[in-house]
Amino acid sequence: MNPQTLQLICFYAFGFVTVAAALSVISLKNTVHAVLALVLTFFSAACLWLLLEAEFLALALIVVYVGAVMVLFLFVVMMLDIDQEKMREGFVKFLPVGLIVAVVMLAEMLGLVGVRAMNAHVLGQNPAVAAGMSNTEWLGHALYTTFLLPFEIAALILTVGVVAAVALTLRERRDARYETPSQQVRVDPRNRVRIVKMAAVRPDEPTASQEPQS
Amino acid sequence: MISLAHYIVLGAVLFCIAVAGLFINRKNVIVLLMSIELMLLAVNMNFVAFSRFLGDVSGQVFVFFILTVAAAEAAIGLAILVLLFRNRSTINIADIDSMKG
Repeated sequence: MNPQTLQLICFYAFGFVTVAAALSVISLKNTVHAVLALVLTFFSAACLWLLLEAEFLALALIVVYVGAVMVLFLFVVMMLDIDQEKMREGFVKFLPVGLIVAVVMLAEMLGLVGVRAMNAHVLGQNPAVAAGMSNTEWLGHALYTTFLLPFEIAALILTVGVVAAVALTLRERRDARYETPSQQVRVDPRNRVRIVKMAAVRPDEPTASQEPQS
Repeated sequence: MISLAHYIVLGAVLFCIAVAGLFINRKNVIVLLMSIELMLLAVNMNFVAFSRFLGDVSGQVFVFFILTVAAAEAAIGLAILVLLFRNRSTINIADIDSMKG
């Protein structure tokens, strides 16, 4: 089979899975199932990026999103005790509005895109290969030269995210006892134990009358 | 033959699904957060496609930064959600109206 036809078939297959999973994300009743559908969406989107030979970003999407963010979502969904039925209130009420907005928006976007005009852009040679590098190398060259400052700022943003998440959810319980390690380390034995010198003393001999009668 | 239009249309479809999700799941904050993640994915799809078809590396670098910010945003958003549930015992948006907005 022609490799380009095969690519097109792969695109339609992955694209269909992506759209179907995205639809189930917004319509599934059980929130846990919705999160799992979102995992499927991200996974097939990563496959689509692989078709574009953006290997680094596709794997980063799987590692970062499927591996970290979605697990976080699952944790939170399973931790919170949510009344699923109550959460569905208004689903039918807002369905027509949502559908109308989405369809109108899609029509506008497609009109703006001008699908026919873009058919001219067909998949050419991989620009990374044209530059004589792999995709990761190509991206790394740009990241560590032109975009070095934004790259460092991204690291800072991640740190801020970690600190903020911990600071928000940390809670001090009033009913529990806490130990402060710094105070424990600073303890001096002389403040706790006093050693007293005294002469050895013989205890009194027990007399016969004090003996227990048994 | 895959063309740029294929990816742009797929991104548009994903974005509109996410917008519809924002409208029909007005009660559940978690599904709203997931819809926002879907929107980001749609935008990233466009960035990657344009980067590949125009041969410019900046698009893929931008996707990298969007992934970073989105991960931090999801972590903080979920932390706020946990805090909200701890204090109010609900994540129903209709019940969260103390600011009378």
